[in-house]
Amino acid sequence: MRKLALPDEILLNIEKPARYIGGEVNSVTKDPDEVDIRFAMCFPDLYEIGMSHLGLQILYDMFNRRKDVWCERVYSPWVDMDKVMREKRIPLFALESQEPVRKFDFLGITLQYEMCYTNVLQILELSRIPLHSSDRGEADPIVIGGGPCAYNPEPLAEFFDLFYIGEGETVYDALLDAYKQCRHDKKSRLEFLECAAEIEGIYVPGFYEPEYHEDGTLSSFCPINPHAPAKVKKQVVMDLNRTVYPLSPVVPYIKAAQDRVVLEIQRGCIRGCRFCQAGMLYRPTRERDVELLKTYAKAMLENTGHEEICLSSLSSSDYSGLQELITFLIEEFQGRGINISLPSLRIDAFSLDAMQKVQDVRKSSLTFAPEAGSQRMRDVINKGLSEEDILDGAGQAFEGGWSKVKLYFMLGLPTEREEDMKEIAALSDRVARRYYEIPKECRHGKCQITASTSFFVPKPFTPFQWASMCTAREYVRRASIVKLAFSEQLNRKSLKYNWHDAEVTVLEGVFARGDRRVGKVIEEAYRLGCLFDSWTETFHNEPWMKAFENTGVDPDFYTLRPRGMEELFPWDFIEIGVSKEFLKKEWNRAAKGVVTPNCRKQCSGCGAAIFQGGVCYEGKN
Amino acid sequence: MKVRIKFRKYGALRFIGHLDVMRCFQKVMRRAQIPIAFTSGYSPHMIMSFASPLGIGLTSDGEYFDIELAESISSKEAVCRMNAVSPEGMEVVSFRQIAEEKKMTGMAIVAAADYLVGMHRKEDPKYFRNSFHDSIAAFLGQPGIPVIKQTKRSEQEVDIRPLIYQMEPKEEGVYLKLAAGSVRNLKPELVISAFCEFAGIDSEGIRFTWHRLEMYAWKTPFIKPSPDCPAPEDRMPCSNVEPGSGGEKDGAAENLITLEDLGEDIESRENHD
Repeated sequence: MRKLALPDEILLNIEKPARYIGGEVNSVTKDPDEVDIRFAMCFPDLYEIGMSHLGLQILYDMFNRRKDVWCERVYSPWVDMDKVMREKRIPLFALESQEPVRKFDFLGITLQYEMCYTNVLQILELSRIPLHSSDRGEADPIVIGGGPCAYNPEPLAEFFDLFYIGEGETVYDALLDAYKQCRHDKKSRLEFLECAAEIEGIYVPGFYEPEYHEDGTLSSFCPINPHAPAKVKKQVVMDLNRTVYPLSPVVPYIKAAQDRVVLEIQRGCIRGCRFCQAGMLYRPTRERDVELLKTYAKAMLENTGHEEICLSSLSSSDYSGLQELITFLIEEFQGRGINISLPSLRIDAFSLDAMQKVQDVRKSSLTFAPEAGSQRMRDVINKGLSEEDILDGAGQAFEGGWSKVKLYFMLGLPTEREEDMKEIAALSDRVARRYYEIPKECRHGKCQITASTSFFVPKPFTPFQWASMCTAREYVRRASIVKLAFSEQLNRKSLKYNWHDAEVTVLEGVFARGDRRVGKVIEEAYRLGCLFDSWTETFHNEPWMKAFENTGVDPDFYTLRPRGMEELFPWDFIEIGVSKEFLKKEWNRAAKGVVTPNCRKQCSGCGAAIFQGGVCYEGKN
Repeated sequence: MKVRIKFRKYGALRFIGHLDVMRCFQKVMRRAQIPIAFTSGYSPHMIMSFASPLGIGLTSDGEYFDIELAESISSKEAVCRMNAVSPEGMEVVSFRQIAEEKKMTGMAIVAAADYLVGMHRKEDPKYFRNSFHDSIAAFLGQPGIPVIKQTKRSEQEVDIRPLIYQMEPKEEGVYLKLAAGSVRNLKPELVISAFCEFAGIDSEGIRFTWHRLEMYAWKTPFIKPSPDCPAPEDRMPCSNVEPGSGGEKDGAAENLITLEDLGEDIESRENHD
């Protein structure tokens, strides 16, 4: 029987001990003496969140297919466990072997959102790995970061030995082989990092040095080690049909955020919304074969015993085999008590029909993401959705029996004016009015329209990377304009309005486009007790403000300052395929409210064609 | 066709709560492709009912749940298939057909449960075994054992003596047969803390392990509740047994049958031909 790292007295006195015991179905156990590399793969958030992440399941599966590697999982101990581990001086351990992370060769940390940065420091500290890469010795694990936030790794640069930029399936094997070779040749940690820096897609932050202008902006960012390239190239898998996919993902004992089979149907998005980072990072759009997906669905349901399956992609409606796949899932699995969870699809006759088959129409709600209230604003962000589309879609849904609709908007978008904000309320009202246009006998009581706004955060590698943000106060003012507009409307009973927190938005803005100097703010905030900042119940803004003060870093520099078109950005050394020239062109078109067609309608020459595949080459073979 | 499944829960699985054990078995059923019946509707769920839930921290050799099968499967094959896909710490012991009557399933018939409470003290492991016999006899010999039972809403003094059917020293601890089920239920923790207090045992230096051994139903049919019979007593057997009377071993214990013994193995279809 496996020995647990924590004694009963601890496990019985904390919330959900199952977070820390491992041993789940499909988790992998190996003999440590039979492997060459121990890899601790960490999602720096709660177990239930981390276990729901497809990316880590893919890497876990991929690493463990190698005979010479044992990959295990690590998640952030929740605040109750954090306290106990500090008091009793228990080092952080990996779930499978229950052995300290400190003993591992690698600690890989995925960076999915900015507000997990203090959790990264918690992981390092509880593992007893020095926080700064420069303080680590030969016996410490190599700390590697990846995921979407690694596309601007600079705020975390000092805490990581290296970053993997792009999709994990391409050069991890090369990296692990290089590690084995270096160890065999008795090379030092530094020598290994030099080897790693020569692998495409690997960024070793210690080998680069930023210099700044007097105004604080970046003047140069150059390699200071001959092994480090000037530019780091994003990694992409061009053929999604020939890459690993976890057919037996780990099944947690406790209910995870996503307690179901996740079928990734494609990567990338053809739409080109100007605020969306994923839409640019994961270009070009690449589909997975529908026949292959059918076999995956079957195998994964059998291997996990999950009672639900869902599709994953940035924009499922653009997947060419969607009808065939959904029809297959319904016919094959619905009779066997499997729920089919459809992603938010564009509303049309097919999607409504499919939704009617798989959900209880009267209980479920439909989600639309117009993102902006006015047509002008939607053109600025290149949403490519007209008011007619929205009202027609809602109308069809109401006629199909739905009466609950959720609408998602953003506030604080570039060029936003007061009338754009008020249009959020007006558009929601027009959706509600559309409900009362259907015959009374077809209605199911009142309709419920819930509009939510989040505040826009400009992200690197988007056309809006030049945009200025607002102060937290200004965000709240804008939300109250929307709220007032809602309350001045005649129909208040069937309309509801929610908005997100403004303080977190500002912090996200600092980290998203931050540079290396932001690292010390994160470290200071962590020292002041910040942890689990993405959780409302554990987020505290005051220590963050104190951390800015203590370190002398001005948050406004990163959020409010207008950025010049020629400014060198901290993330410019990364090449994602999409060119800065294209992003500039898009930023200028946004200012004029000119829409850019999607990739299938017309190629706009973004630069992603250099990867030689996907949507860029559709119909060109 | 109704089936009762008996399983063991041990090792790290003792930290998995009742609701998660249920979810876990739902997934085991699917992985093992057991032809279980579903409810109808938009989100059909498996027809499954668990006997007395086991608290977090306890291990068990005798956990039960009842299911409804859509088609028959042999006991041997079902046990084999389920164990092939179960996590370590969860082991199916038997898979037996039970009577169709509604009243015979799950929680409704549980009457008693056996526990083994380990009491380990580093310095002197034999201390308990040597001194327990007399203390237990004296403990049980009391006219009543009043304890304060805390519920969500109130505190209440109850006499737990009638709910202790059997108690004796065993290995490094105590063996218990206690009333269990939805009507009269006694947790082993409550007995042990009362006992420690009675015998003047300082529980601070002791490492406890809690293990359920088995669950039982009454052998004889129930008497129908009558107006003059108070509710908690309506599940008493008709035979003239007074639980809680007498020494270590109660008459009640004689009248119990394990939940497993109420079912019968399903032979494979080939054997019937």
